[in-house]
Amino acid sequence: MRIEITDGVIAAEEIVAEMKAGTDGAVCVFDGIVRDNTRGRRTLHLDYEAYREMALEQMRGLAAEAVAKFGVRDVAVVHRLGRLLVGETSVLIVVASAHRGAAFDACRWLIDTLKKTVPIWKKEQFVDGAVWADGEPFPSDIGLPRTSVTGAQSADGEPFPDEIVASKSADRLVGESVDEPGVDDVGRIR
Amino acid sequence: MFRGIQESKTCARVCFWNMRVQVLYFGVLKDAFGSESEVLELAEGSSVADLMRIYRGRDVGRAGLWDSIAVAVNQEYTQAGDVLQEGDEVALLPPVSGGCAV
Repeated sequence: MRIEITDGVIAAEEIVAEMKAGTDGAVCVFDGIVRDNTRGRRTLHLDYEAYREMALEQMRGLAAEAVAKFGVRDVAVVHRLGRLLVGETSVLIVVASAHRGAAFDACRWLIDTLKKTVPIWKKEQFVDGAVWADGEPFPSDIGLPRTSVTGAQSADGEPFPDEIVASKSADRLVGESVDEPGVDDVGRIR
Repeated sequence: MFRGIQESKTCARVCFWNMRVQVLYFGVLKDAFGSESEVLELAEGSSVADLMRIYRGRDVGRAGLWDSIAVAVNQEYTQAGDVLQEGDEVALLPPVSGGCAV
């Protein structure tokens, strides 16, 4: 397995070529690149930063889990940090497998899970300002339960019911909003 | 020799009841605090939830941010009830946004 965090350009074609073996019938590649806008707001560049050691360990764990879960032969996960320009590769995932179904499934699962659990963040620099991208809510087994953190705080009142929290999560999954609408909504209610 | 005794006395008084952890900030929290990390002194036996109670009082300019973060201790995701130890590396992690655009 090739698991890396790099500050340099990701050599996508080279990595894909290296991943192929005689027993493979499929190689599925996900090449995540920097888009030139977020919701129509023009992006100049993105700055990625990570909790590097933990991110690498999380990526290793995901790759091993993908192999075990989908039965694919090999996986490569490479993420770049630092300043990236429009069109550059920020993340590359390659899955090699005897059959295409498992390769597609593993590839999709890897990028979706990476985006929710690997501690990497990006700051978007627009023509008219910069903002940290909101990110997706943590899965319930990773995020702190709201009740256990707020329970002892008399001034904060009761935690919101699950349905409010859940709808907040759904809103935020629609897109990487810049203004974090779900969270602002909660703040206003409070 | 004398210095050594003095140090151990200080340690007995301060360290017995308190412990220190290093807290790392990332993304929006790093900007909000203007710092990458901080050493925090906590009562012995404090949990992750106890530490979060301290932080929730701090204004970071985004309503609800504290409800959305995860906490890692020594580079592993942790639960609110987990007890912290002297010298732990605690990381406050805003929702992650690695990978590519949605």
